[in-house]
Amino acid sequence: MSTIIEAPRTPRERSSKGRVNWEKWGWLYMRLSGVLLLILIFGHLFVNLVLGEGIKEIDFAFVAGKYATPFWQWWDVVMLWLAMIHGSNGMRTIVNDYASHRTVRRVLLIGIAAAAIILIVLGTLVVFTFDPCNTFIPADQALTFCPVN
Amino acid sequence: MPNEAASTLTTARSSSKRPAGTLYRGNTGMWSWVLHRITGVSIYFFLLVHVLDTAMIRVSPQAYDAVMSTYKNPIMGLGETALVIAIMFHAFNGIRIILIDFWSKGAKYQRLMFWIVIALWVIGTAGFAPIHLHNVFTEPQ
Repeated sequence: MSTIIEAPRTPRERSSKGRVNWEKWGWLYMRLSGVLLLILIFGHLFVNLVLGEGIKEIDFAFVAGKYATPFWQWWDVVMLWLAMIHGSNGMRTIVNDYASHRTVRRVLLIGIAAAAIILIVLGTLVVFTFDPCNTFIPADQALTFCPVN
Repeated sequence: MPNEAASTLTTARSSSKRPAGTLYRGNTGMWSWVLHRITGVSIYFFLLVHVLDTAMIRVSPQAYDAVMSTYKNPIMGLGETALVIAIMFHAFNGIRIILIDFWSKGAKYQRLMFWIVIALWVIGTAGFAPIHLHNVFTEPQ
């Protein structure tokens, strides 16, 4: 079997014109989301790990305080969507590069997509349905500022 | 024609036993790509875990505080330091990739930009690691 290797600058042959070039949009997405993620993640790391006593201060009350404001809810949800899709697309690229067996590749790609969908849905629901007074806590351990039911 | 194009990319043969170099192989372009992949995969797997540990906030204060206490363990503290160092390389080298793709002089300055990435990486690590390691290794309040 001989493989034809085209010259590097040979234009890509378009078999069907007018179809969406997903690889191009994926390529562009990695760059656009990358810039946004740089701001979002460095901000996240600065607030959570650098300010104050850093990781020592992170507990339920710290996160509950953040999620009391729509600003941090949206910060985290936008970061979640952008990062999960950015990371999953990167993993897809790597799987396509190294997994040469058709079935193995397919299983890995489905796994990556499933993980992305499950974690995006889970994370979004967690942030937007979070209520410090309505977790699955025994009533006697409820936080002091919560109304008594 | 393809052969001709390929040969212009090959540098002079060296007398060493290593394979003949190219513009890419063994140089900053290749190593930045290797590091970008390794850091990217590491960050991806942390992200999967991090979404799940944060989801504990929805279960109960006890569940969240229990999972967070594992992150405050010194070994995990070293792991977090490595994670942030990986994120910094991936972020700075990502900007370099964007500049190579979109800036007209990006390809020309890719090697210089690689060393700028390394410099920012060292500065960022020097800024972050002492703060985080101090927080991890001093007694809880």
